[in-house]
Amino acid sequence: MTRYSIFRLARNALAYRPNWPRAWRSPDPRPAYDVVIVGGGGHGLATAYYLAKEHGVSNIAVLEKGWLGGGNTGRNTTIIRSNYLWDESAHLYEKALQLYEGLSRELNFNIMLSQRGVLNLAHNEHDLKEMSRRVRAIRLNGIDSEMLDPQGVKAEVPVINISRQVRYPILGASLQRRGGVARHDAVAWGFARAADARGVDIVQNCEVTGLDVVNSRVRGLRTSRGTIAARKVGLVAAGHSSVLAAMAGLRLPIESHPLQAMVSEPIKPVLNSVVMSNTVHVYLSQSDKGELVIGAGIDGYNSYAQRGSFQIIEGQMGALLELFPSFSRLRMLRQWGGIVDVCPDASPIVGKTPVEGLYINCGWGTGGFKATPGSGWAFAHTIAQDRPHALNAPFTLERFSTGALIDEHGAAAVAH
Amino acid sequence: MTSQPYRLAEGGVIDRTRPLTFSFNGRRLTGYSGDTLASALLANGVHLVGRSFKYHRPRGILTAGTEEPNALVQLEAGNRSIPNLRATRIELYNGLSAASVNCWPGVRFDAGALIDAVHRLVPAGFYYKTFMWPQGGWHVYERLIRRMAGMGRAPEGADPDRYERTNAHCDVLIIGAGPAGLAAAVTAGRSGASVILADERGQPGGSLPDVASDGDVTGTSWLGDTIAELQSMTNVRMFTRTTVTGYFDHNFLIAVERVTDHLGPGAPAHLPRQRLWRIRTSRVVLATGALERPLVFANNDRPGVMLAGSARAYVNRFAVLPGRRAVVVTNNDSAYEAALDLHRNGVEIAAVADLRAVPVGPAAEAAAAAGLNILRGHAVVDTNGRRRVQAVHVAGIGLDGSLTGPVRALHCDLVLMSGGWSPAVHLFSQSGGKLRYDEMLGAFLPDGSRQHVLCAGAMNGVAETASCIVQGQDAGKGDVPAASEPTASTVDAHWPIPARNRSGEVRQFVDFQNDVTAADISLAVSEGYQSVEHLKRYTTLGMGTDQGKTGNVPGIAILAGSLGVPLPAVGTTTFRPPYDPVTFGAIAGRDVGPLADPVRQTPMHAWHAETGAVFEDVGQWKRPFYYPLASETKHDAVARECMAVRRAAGIMDATTLGKIVLSGPDAVRFLNRVYTNAWGGLEVGRCRYGLMLGEDGMVLDDGVTARLAEDRFLMTTTTGNASRVLAWLEEWLQTEWPELDVYLTSVTEQFATVALAGPKARAILTGLTSDIDVSAEAFPFMSWRGGHVAGFPARVFRISYSGELAYEISVPARHGLELWAVLLRSGPDYAVTPFGTEAMHVLRAEKGYLMVGQETDGTVTPIDLGMQWILSTKKDFIGRRSLARSAMLDPLRKRLVGLRTEDPELVLPEGAQILPTAPSGPPETMIGHVTSSYWSGALRRSIALALVKGGRDRESATVHVPLEGRTARAEICDPRFYDPEGLRLHG
Repeated sequence: MTRYSIFRLARNALAYRPNWPRAWRSPDPRPAYDVVIVGGGGHGLATAYYLAKEHGVSNIAVLEKGWLGGGNTGRNTTIIRSNYLWDESAHLYEKALQLYEGLSRELNFNIMLSQRGVLNLAHNEHDLKEMSRRVRAIRLNGIDSEMLDPQGVKAEVPVINISRQVRYPILGASLQRRGGVARHDAVAWGFARAADARGVDIVQNCEVTGLDVVNSRVRGLRTSRGTIAARKVGLVAAGHSSVLAAMAGLRLPIESHPLQAMVSEPIKPVLNSVVMSNTVHVYLSQSDKGELVIGAGIDGYNSYAQRGSFQIIEGQMGALLELFPSFSRLRMLRQWGGIVDVCPDASPIVGKTPVEGLYINCGWGTGGFKATPGSGWAFAHTIAQDRPHALNAPFTLERFSTGALIDEHGAAAVAH
Repeated sequence: MTSQPYRLAEGGVIDRTRPLTFSFNGRRLTGYSGDTLASALLANGVHLVGRSFKYHRPRGILTAGTEEPNALVQLEAGNRSIPNLRATRIELYNGLSAASVNCWPGVRFDAGALIDAVHRLVPAGFYYKTFMWPQGGWHVYERLIRRMAGMGRAPEGADPDRYERTNAHCDVLIIGAGPAGLAAAVTAGRSGASVILADERGQPGGSLPDVASDGDVTGTSWLGDTIAELQSMTNVRMFTRTTVTGYFDHNFLIAVERVTDHLGPGAPAHLPRQRLWRIRTSRVVLATGALERPLVFANNDRPGVMLAGSARAYVNRFAVLPGRRAVVVTNNDSAYEAALDLHRNGVEIAAVADLRAVPVGPAAEAAAAAGLNILRGHAVVDTNGRRRVQAVHVAGIGLDGSLTGPVRALHCDLVLMSGGWSPAVHLFSQSGGKLRYDEMLGAFLPDGSRQHVLCAGAMNGVAETASCIVQGQDAGKGDVPAASEPTASTVDAHWPIPARNRSGEVRQFVDFQNDVTAADISLAVSEGYQSVEHLKRYTTLGMGTDQGKTGNVPGIAILAGSLGVPLPAVGTTTFRPPYDPVTFGAIAGRDVGPLADPVRQTPMHAWHAETGAVFEDVGQWKRPFYYPLASETKHDAVARECMAVRRAAGIMDATTLGKIVLSGPDAVRFLNRVYTNAWGGLEVGRCRYGLMLGEDGMVLDDGVTARLAEDRFLMTTTTGNASRVLAWLEEWLQTEWPELDVYLTSVTEQFATVALAGPKARAILTGLTSDIDVSAEAFPFMSWRGGHVAGFPARVFRISYSGELAYEISVPARHGLELWAVLLRSGPDYAVTPFGTEAMHVLRAEKGYLMVGQETDGTVTPIDLGMQWILSTKKDFIGRRSLARSAMLDPLRKRLVGLRTEDPELVLPEGAQILPTAPSGPPETMIGHVTSSYWSGALRRSIALALVKGGRDRESATVHVPLEGRTARAEICDPRFYDPEGLRLHG
């Protein structure tokens, strides 16, 4: 792998023709692999990378139906944080955040991790109580988190409206300073390039059409580019997890929903932090390009079409302008949707399946991007060792039959 | 300087009797009514309008419409400021003030242009390859990069304007009021269908005024007659200044009407600035026309380089000459029409360089006849000029695309280019329609549609006005327009045009706004970013505010060329809404400020507010939190209110609790399924507490349900969950148990409810009713009686959340305030104290009663709460099976306990975490958290409820609660702190 550096950029700048090598090859699939990862998004590529790097697996393919990074990796609002309530989640997301912190140098690819701080706003007494609980639990887990009063929020986000004379005034916020955003495409590309350099075959435009399972053991896959034998198969295809699992006769406790996002036209820096509000339900940050990147809740119905309904956008806009009245004259430039696979407890499934040699990593719901390296790291361990790592051991498929759920829906609605 | 030196003496659709003054970058200029900002600038000879996104290169006006990538301005200042508007789309009004964006100190001398000098260091994607040192360093580099990026600025204050959202329904929605759209509208209108015709411009006619020379069929009489006929049809609505910008499923479309933008800040105050139309239609006719493409040659981005068709529009529509001496470069026939129009109006045409070896088409022949200097098989290969083009370099181009012969320089102040036309298929593609690539036109055309939509006119590749009208008539009838051969001029694609020098310094721009060059595309391809989506994301091609309307097709062509595959194999990126950016305010409509979410108030709200209650938001409701007297703190007020209830009597506004009437013969069966306990034995006149679980066995909601009649029950829910519970019950009834004969009616707002609690409650109630026997024997705990209270028809429920003797009195909502007033003055003997939700929280916590949302968080079962008694073993109910799962029986689940702090004065913060041992440094072992915590005046000490692993099994154990800077110790105890036997309650 040709290393990227400022010196090589300079040398190329002086060259008659820039001479940058391919970031990744475009191989045809071979007839057999030790491990086949289905899904060339961030999680799948990270899994392949860590399988090669940490576990010495040399014969790996990543199969991608379309173009790598084209699913939720390239459609999310790029927020990274690890401020989760329950120990199980906190540890997993914190592992991911720590990996993120070193990822640009690890991959020699600038993923533009910008730890500009993530604020979660409180708008009523119930929010404040929940926030107090969360922040305390997070801190006792050794993860940074702090509470802000409205003036503290204003100091972090000068453009926000902390007036009490609005429908749902801001009463406070929690702040994770190590949280922030990263360039989502770069995460996929960086992992792809680094995995490719370690010999992983990344095969794009290769759709899996069937899984060969004999005596409850996976033998291989049927694809649009031929049959591929595999000793182990990892399914990491958010948005289509249930479809793939069904090919092995598995029924997942997952609902697939559209989740939409949008950006404004680019403007000069006006918002530094990431701001999230559950109560008025909108979250946003400003990209390095200057676009406000805005998201909200899922569409209520189930769908595999990567498009949603406009009412969701309308709803989030009202919420946004409550918080940021001065954004009213800005303009929505682009709007899109992805499909999120949601588990009943809003936590992912990362682990083994009843089919031997078949592993699944899915159900990240609306928040998978932030987990990408941690998810890949733990899933690689699970595949290589045929047993979960302590980090993902609680995130089994069986927990839905045992009841050992990890409910991260956040607070239940205030009710009295 | 002469005013408007480039304005023609006559012609155009401008109104010369209405001159307008405006300012641009502080310079005062004049234009005419009917101008756009762009045409007015050109009339004054201003070409340098902005700077590009990345290299800060000087940029002029490329187009005359929505597709403009270059001429972005900041319109107005202060709270009415708008960034990034296209000068080509701003209708001029008197006093308009605009400024260039993305430049400092100004557009002529821009410090940011330094980056252009080192552009070779910063090719596409350079930032992925550097800025990685040290770890975390990106955040520092990023600050500088962010300052360079962005375009205009957000306003600083709140928006003074108003926006509206409106729904519309029609049989046929026709988008685009050019010849095809007008023909479709008049045809559909004559059929009697309800028609909406929407167009983004201020006047119907589409591009007809741009090409006024296009005579025979369309002479102004057809246009005028058609518009007049449409205006006479009551079933046709014509929306001007209305851009249909989003096409969703089931023929649902979004349009933005710019109601007053063309009037500027002086617009009448009663009008909204913009109106968002949500249109549902049976059928859509797309007559959205076509957009001209640039050619990709070296330094094709200088001010003065313009699309040929746009230059033609400036001459014909606005009577403005975009220059005095022009060079035309084209790969198709359409640019000749522009050349002829300019020529006729006095612009010297230095040459027409036609990439085609054998130019064909009537316009080319006319140009030759007019004596224009036509260079066949020639191309513009470079340009000169810093802030305005001054010369071009022309060379021969062979059939294989390579340059032949000498390079000649031609002086000019204007370059007209045409790379052919791309049908505006954006909305069609948004609708789910498929596209096909037409080799002859070098364009993507609509192919198979997924919704009920027809395409007509130029967007089908049809050029002649007469053919467009025929297609429009077909579409207006509902027929697929006859598959006439595309008549637009065929193109001889040269993407990109080779450069004269090959030193690597060549920059042939594809995306003018984002500074993406042909070399950037080749670089991306060589690095493996070969999917069209990767290309877009790696180079930012087509990601500017214009969304690549002009540059995307050339970019795709260059990608295909670099890959050595045919263009259709590359495909397009997804066309996403909106077609044209939409103002946030218009999307939000009136859902801002006080109308952001409805405020729900009880009939007694006015009294609460007058008395100085502090309110809390509970769902949409405003509830009194506490009622401070003069200088009372929250703590003092809550303590006083609690003591009043414990010692005498208090009243609380309980109107907000959800109330649902269940009626029908199967009501008991239904209740048995949705509640954990059994309901069959409940007699009319009695009430029962019920707990509702989710399918996962977790507590969802609780409340008291009364049996009003044999087949009628009144259920109460918590305030915050009222609508969720109703939806939950309806979902079960409608989707799972349609056979049950039960009807649900929400009556929350039909009744006002006052909770009267305290040892004096019975005496007070006795004085207010003559037809209800309130004696303990006649009216026992957990029963209800109907009658009159204070003269109002009432239902009185003897239930209690405070642990005191208590009644909840419900009267028709209109009597709520009066009832409240009567209760307050119900005799000097008994001081009746109003109490708020916080006192209620304290009182119920003293009793160890659960509060949904506080002791529960979606992970708590009835067993965890010590409420096994409420789980019937004789019937099935929602959540029952989940409770049997192995993890639910784990003795180490978190369960409800009481906590007594070692220091009785210390009130633990709610949410505090509980450790089994003193903290030793993170990560700590957490065994639970404090769910509720208050000062109890009745007990003269603090109390707390908590969920702790192992629950009451740990009773008497000491646990540790880390606080800010110290750790408190507390003992686990029975959560029933006050009157555990319930003597007061039953008294």
